[in-house]
Amino acid sequence: MRGFSSFYMGTMAADSGLLLSLVEEFVSGLQDSKAKDTATAVKDGQFTVLQLVEALGVSLTSSQPHTRARGVQMLSEVLLESYGNLSEKEVEVLIAFYENRLKDHYVVTSPVLQGLRALTKCKTLPPGSAVSMLKSLFQDVHVQSLMLVERSCVYNMLINLMETREAELKGLGADFVFGFVQSMDGERDPRNLLLAFQIAKNIIHRGYDLGKFTEELFEVTSCYFPIDFTPPPSDAHGITKEELIEALRAVLTGTPKFAEFLLPLIIEKLDSDVQSAKLDSLQTLTACVSRYEHKDLAEFLEGLWASLRREVFQTSSEKIESAGLAALSALTSCLSRSVLNSDSEDSLSTFLEIVLKDCKHHLCEPDLKLVWPSAKLLQAACSASSRASHIITSAVMPSLIEQYDNRTQCSHRRTLLEVVQRFIQSVKNSQSSENEESVFLAFRQSLCSMVFSALSETNSSLQITATSVLTSLAQQTGLLLDADIELAVDHLIRLLLTEEDDRVSCAVVECAGALAELHPAAFITKLIPRLKRELFSEPIEEGDENRRTSELHSHHAVRQRCLSALAAISMQPSVVQESTPVLLEVLSSAHTGTVRFSVEEMVLACRSLQRIAEQVRDTEETGQCFHDIIIPRLLSLALQAALQDQGSSGCLSPIVEEVVLSAMVPVISTSCSRLQPMLAGQTASRAVSLFLDGDVSFLPDNSFPSNIQLLKKQQGDSWTQSQMVCLLMGCVSSLPRSVEVPQIDRLLSQLEEMSCSCNHPLSYMSAAKCFASLVNKRPLGDCLDSLIQRMMNRVCSELDSASSPIRIQAFTLMIWVAKALLLRYHPLSTALTDKLLSLLDDADLGVMAADGFSLLMCDSVDVLNRGCHADIRIMYRQRFFRENSAKLVQGFNAAPQEKKPNYLKALSNIVNKLPKQVQVTELPALLSLLLEALSCPDQGVQLSTLSCLEPVLIDPPAALIQQLEALVSRLLALVGSSVMNVRIASLRCIHALSRFPVHEILPFRARVLKALARPLDDKKRLVRSEAVQARGEWFLLGSPGGR
Amino acid sequence: MSGGTRLENANPVIFQRSGERLLTAADEDEDVHDPIDDREIFDLIRSINDPEHPLSLEELNVVEQVRVKVNDAESTVSVQFTPTIPHCSMATLIGLSVKVKLLRSLPDRFKIDVHITPGTHASEEAVNKQLADKERVAAALENSSLLEVVNQCLSTRSI
Repeated sequence: MRGFSSFYMGTMAADSGLLLSLVEEFVSGLQDSKAKDTATAVKDGQFTVLQLVEALGVSLTSSQPHTRARGVQMLSEVLLESYGNLSEKEVEVLIAFYENRLKDHYVVTSPVLQGLRALTKCKTLPPGSAVSMLKSLFQDVHVQSLMLVERSCVYNMLINLMETREAELKGLGADFVFGFVQSMDGERDPRNLLLAFQIAKNIIHRGYDLGKFTEELFEVTSCYFPIDFTPPPSDAHGITKEELIEALRAVLTGTPKFAEFLLPLIIEKLDSDVQSAKLDSLQTLTACVSRYEHKDLAEFLEGLWASLRREVFQTSSEKIESAGLAALSALTSCLSRSVLNSDSEDSLSTFLEIVLKDCKHHLCEPDLKLVWPSAKLLQAACSASSRASHIITSAVMPSLIEQYDNRTQCSHRRTLLEVVQRFIQSVKNSQSSENEESVFLAFRQSLCSMVFSALSETNSSLQITATSVLTSLAQQTGLLLDADIELAVDHLIRLLLTEEDDRVSCAVVECAGALAELHPAAFITKLIPRLKRELFSEPIEEGDENRRTSELHSHHAVRQRCLSALAAISMQPSVVQESTPVLLEVLSSAHTGTVRFSVEEMVLACRSLQRIAEQVRDTEETGQCFHDIIIPRLLSLALQAALQDQGSSGCLSPIVEEVVLSAMVPVISTSCSRLQPMLAGQTASRAVSLFLDGDVSFLPDNSFPSNIQLLKKQQGDSWTQSQMVCLLMGCVSSLPRSVEVPQIDRLLSQLEEMSCSCNHPLSYMSAAKCFASLVNKRPLGDCLDSLIQRMMNRVCSELDSASSPIRIQAFTLMIWVAKALLLRYHPLSTALTDKLLSLLDDADLGVMAADGFSLLMCDSVDVLNRGCHADIRIMYRQRFFRENSAKLVQGFNAAPQEKKPNYLKALSNIVNKLPKQVQVTELPALLSLLLEALSCPDQGVQLSTLSCLEPVLIDPPAALIQQLEALVSRLLALVGSSVMNVRIASLRCIHALSRFPVHEILPFRARVLKALARPLDDKKRLVRSEAVQARGEWFLLGSPGGR
Repeated sequence: MSGGTRLENANPVIFQRSGERLLTAADEDEDVHDPIDDREIFDLIRSINDPEHPLSLEELNVVEQVRVKVNDAESTVSVQFTPTIPHCSMATLIGLSVKVKLLRSLPDRFKIDVHITPGTHASEEAVNKQLADKERVAAALENSSLLEVVNQCLSTRSI
């Protein structure tokens, strides 16, 4: 070694004194920190490791084992810090030293292992040293008699060496495996087990030679299966049962060599009564067979099948059942993968034969009692592979079909139909490619006739099941021929037009939707014309009064179903082209009066258009359909209706009705927000020029006067034109942010003017919303600031003058703009919310202001939501709460008595909308105020406070438990409220209280039971049922068998 | 209970549960008085757990809505229950559970009569007599192990 540190020779003399004193202080003075100092010095190049060894000389050769241990410990600790700087030569010498020390006294072993561990991390480990290190380790150390930390040290050494010296270790052959097996045999600590499992997994997955120790390795790991581990209550290490299960499973399932040991073990553990053991066994089985071949499984197949069958037939939990089915599926797919030899038997068909033998006859039993478990097992096997599905379906389907034909009871037929459907579905999962021929092709004819006969039955649940079978059949390639589709469409039409049952018509509409997506042609040629004819036929006007009303009623129901069916089938652009004109025609004939439609039917037509806009694929074609045809048409109809009024003062078109107009808005806004942004931009600019300049050139049926001014104040109180602003809102407020709105400054100022001057609620409200949503999307800057400032000055001056006639309008504009700014964290939003807070004291607007807080916190449906591409920052509610709750509390304390309810209401509106986690953390500070709110006479406040208390009570914070007395007495008082919903909500809270820690609430038991006797006789049934539930739970408190 | 862990009726026929009662507009109207009707009483007892199986009395068809009669005006309730097999030793216990559930859930103005559907149990009369005797019912509930079983039948299952 001489000379290899000659570079440092010069400084050596000066430092050796320091080094010696460090060693002295560590070894004799027992000052642990000195090892660290020395390590730092070594790393800095102040000393070399050689110098340290020389300095340690006396301690390392001392006759006292404890001194030797201390010396080795110092060396090891320094090495742990500085192993990166060691040369190969140094490492070789150190290893030789450490290996020799393994034979030393047991107190020395621990630091020796530390040192060896440090050396295993060296990149400069000389060849062959890994092997020699391990040999001496396995020879001289009995790992399981070491302490926890030392054992973990050994495992870490192994892991380190496996990472870097894989080839060398493999050279050790099976001895390495044997050494490891001996070291981990009997390990009990979960932390070390995780390490040991990792080593075992590496051994298996990286192809170490197991030699004759395969069974030993399996034994030493499988003895922990199934894992039963509950972390200690103050769990510092964070090891979970799941981690251990996963780690062990990776070992056990890692190699087919374990199959002969693992499979019997699984069969044995499946017999266990412990649910978690069963579950773990089933999941392990599922995992292991993915690596196995059929020859590994062959001799255990029968045993495994018997256990799986038992678990599914006699299941007590759904988890185990589904794990069992998954295991069967995995097993079958393993068998399906195997390559057949010419001489061996086909293990898949042998296995499936057993399965069929045990299950098939249950499908034919007269009482159909075990039909479901058998069917589930067969379906699990069926879904495993295409070959399995062929074998099973060809065995099962004929008998199912025959059964169906022979049975007469509807419930039996329905069960069989459901079973058939599950089979079709399970095959769907196993089919590898789209154009593969369906396995049901052979049964095509009988399946179709089965479905059609079920559709013609009168039993509604049979019909419902049949529609879903029809859907599944349609999804299989090539099963339904064109003629079948036509027949299916005929059946669907018949059911749509005649079936009164809501569940059936829902199922039919759904089925029509699914079929129309796959086979649009039949729906275009048959269904749509038929529905159209039905929609435009007038109800028969004959017979007496009663007959007429019932006729009218059923006619309305038919129209309703037709409208929703039209929406459901419109998924393909080609269908949309045909269905939307029908819906538009409904609106226009209602407008002209050629065919009478009720307002409700018009709203439904709009809903259907909206639904189509929501679900249709966003293609150029559909975009044009909506932006170039539907929206101009809707605007034109609305404008015609609005203008009609001016000339003839007779009856108004139903389109001016607020509900109809409001139903049109989402059609427009959905298409503008999700279909073809470029076309949406075009629509927006057309709409803006229509509303600002009266440009009607793009509207169909163009016979409008040229002097239209929709945003200007109309003479008199005519609102039919002004309310059209809600359609403008639909166009411009839902555009993606990338689309520019033309003439925006002019538009904004006119909208502001309108919202502050109009008297018609829908008009000024829509103008305010439109203004707010444009403000929400405007880029930051002086332009926006001055716009807001101008609006604020105007609004505030109106609000401050108590006699102003337009205070409500000003308030509406303010609250919507406040919301728009709050959502995007605009700095000016604070000014607006402060104004809102100050209005809580206002004599006229106080209540509105309190309700306004709920508007700020709720998601609004039409504008300023994510669907409309609004600028919404996350957690704006929490932020708003944090900034304003203190101000609210302050305001509450300062407010005169009669104004206090407004503050409580505002507060409960805010708290109500906060996420529960936030509520729980914030509640202690607000608890006294909320309790106050419970005794506030305003029922709205009571209700909203109760509804925000209830979720908090499920996981009560400590602060709440301290106030239990106040809480219980206030809640019990509210049980006698005159409002039904307050009674219900307070009973729910009392119910929730019963899950508090028993010792806290037991003192209240008698009082609560007595108080709850009265609501048992409440006049409302809903109240009684809440009282029954709450009282039942309170009875169980502190009673044997209860809690 | 009797015969160690062996169940008396190990493989009972299971019946479908009826759905939740449909909410009508009248139910939500503050001013309408909803009388206590048969379905409401049936809803009280249908979810009681069977002492033997992890099933409700409704699923075992032990209680049926047609065997529940209530007269709100006269404050009387009569419930007939049908043991799954004629020699069921659980009959008294089931009857007791039904009775206790009704006692806890109905206003005290009601007179509650619980008895076995005629002709469905071997010792029908004895059980009926036991259930009708106020003092014997009260005494049974003093017995903590009996009360424990009853409470288990009445506790809401957590799944």
